[in-house]
Amino acid sequence: MKSYALKRLLYLIPTLFGASVLIFFLYSLVPGNFVDADPNLTLERKAELYALYGFDQPAIQRYFIWIGNLLKGDLGYSLQFQRPVGEVLGNYMWSSFFVALASLILTWIIAVFIGVVSAIRQYSLFDSLITVLVFAAMATPSFFLGLLAIKFFAVDLGWFPAGGMITTGSDLTGWAYVKDVAQHMVLPVLVLTMLGIGGLARYFRTNMLEVIKQDFVRTARAKGLKEKVVVYKHALRNALLPAITLFGFELPALFSGAIITEQIFNWPGIGAIYMQAFTVRDYPLLMGFTMFIALLTVISNLIADLLYGVADPRVRLK
Amino acid sequence: MENPIDLPVSKKKVKPNRKSSLWGQVLGRLLKKKIALVGLGFLIFIFLFSFIGPFFSPYVHLGVDPTKVNQAPSAAHWLGTDKLGRDVLTRLMLAGRISLTVGLGAMVMSVTIGALLGILAGYYRGIVDQIVMRIADILMTLPGIPLLFIMAAVMSEWKVPTEHRLYIVMLMLSLVGWPGLARLVRSQVLSLRERQFIQATDALGLRDRRKLLNHLLPNIVPLLIVSGTLSIGGAILSESTLSYFGLGVVPPEASWGNMITSANSLIDFQKRPWLWIPPGLAIFMTVISINLLGDGLRDAIDPNMKRR
Repeated sequence: MKSYALKRLLYLIPTLFGASVLIFFLYSLVPGNFVDADPNLTLERKAELYALYGFDQPAIQRYFIWIGNLLKGDLGYSLQFQRPVGEVLGNYMWSSFFVALASLILTWIIAVFIGVVSAIRQYSLFDSLITVLVFAAMATPSFFLGLLAIKFFAVDLGWFPAGGMITTGSDLTGWAYVKDVAQHMVLPVLVLTMLGIGGLARYFRTNMLEVIKQDFVRTARAKGLKEKVVVYKHALRNALLPAITLFGFELPALFSGAIITEQIFNWPGIGAIYMQAFTVRDYPLLMGFTMFIALLTVISNLIADLLYGVADPRVRLK
Repeated sequence: MENPIDLPVSKKKVKPNRKSSLWGQVLGRLLKKKIALVGLGFLIFIFLFSFIGPFFSPYVHLGVDPTKVNQAPSAAHWLGTDKLGRDVLTRLMLAGRISLTVGLGAMVMSVTIGALLGILAGYYRGIVDQIVMRIADILMTLPGIPLLFIMAAVMSEWKVPTEHRLYIVMLMLSLVGWPGLARLVRSQVLSLRERQFIQATDALGLRDRRKLLNHLLPNIVPLLIVSGTLSIGGAILSESTLSYFGLGVVPPEASWGNMITSANSLIDFQKRPWLWIPPGLAIFMTVISINLLGDGLRDAIDPNMKRR
């Protein structure tokens, strides 16, 4: 197990290195840059800024400067915010994190419930209805779902604010502030939850169906235990166990922000910042963000694989 | 030489059972899945709607009509008109052509690349495997939407005429889509190559090309059909997202995604839902039908295949 983990950790190095090369050179192919995006600059000022930001050097040289700084833990300097990229990401990460966390918790609770009920009532009306809803959620483009949510819940019904994180112009403190932010969070969380629930509910349903057929469940029933105890204590526990690996895969989503949903709801998270940086071609921020997600992805894959061995010791890791 | 065990059978004339062919069985099982058939039926409807429908519309050649701007749905214009006076229903059909073409094209390209590289990696292993799978790993490490945005920005620079933008979108989606497929195919090939029928082709001294194309490929076709079908839905969703953000198919060409862009104007969003809700529903219904069909196909082709 230890040697496996070590081997996997070593494997991360070439993958991340490859990812850094790809990220850098892909972004260097993107037309336009931050200086050219500003039409008010004179030619001399442009040349000055080019030299200052190092745009005049060849791409290879810039790559090595970038990766060198990256290895030292320096993600670069955001041109748009005029602050270190790490700081910008750190600032906006938390607003993304709270939305993601809230929807993660909701998604898991609802998905477990749906999965269990549709498994113990396989082929019932509820099961078919849920299957259709699950497919529906997987077939809706996230931006369209967001727009529909705004249209119905914010514009037509007026229950929740349409976008942003706080009411514009308000300066609330304490509980009032928390309440205001929570109200603004409802719709993005709702959309993210609806998008995420489908796959997970199907996963729990499959797991539950497999577990219910097993001998120990039959034994539990034969002992005369109540159906509730059989389902929720004996079966559910075993159906949940393999799902802990999925927790690993959720890690990037917690911190990386949801680009499209944040954009639609104007939520000031890391995803919305990415879109903004993309329009003004703030490359250090874009590259830092992409690299950050790549890092999170490989780490979460590793964690998921390791957890797999923990959850099911029959799986031999080698 | 006669084998005594075979005797009773060989005397009877055995009628070939028509249903015993692999694809006959698959079809039989698929026909029993009502919900998959509903999906198939709706897909056929969408295809007819998009490709044949425009021939029945009186508004195809008219295009812009400044006298009929922003009309609500009526008997003449079932889904109203947009800000340039174009009939929304006709545009919805024409957009369907593009969205479906992009979805199908992206699927064909990513299945081709993914299957080819997956077979090569799984069969030859060693250095080929390392190179292909490391590239796939790296591509899968990068977040999907930023990757698509970058490629869209790069390819916009090629100054492709708007009516050919859809091929660019196809190319982008297949570049993002192949790694997952290559991984699936590779793992399948890794187990297939140890089977006896492949060892037999070794013993027969067949050339690699024949081994791969005539013996390995047919065995991964079921896998390709299922994941290919399901990937069309994903491709249509990605296309709509890109087009919504102005990075996919761009006006004046219509795609379901860029028709929803009209929701960005506050007045259209609040007062003229006929502009942006129908294309969204079209995407939704198409993708849900594709997924239901793909799910049914998966069960029909291999009842033991793990459902997730």
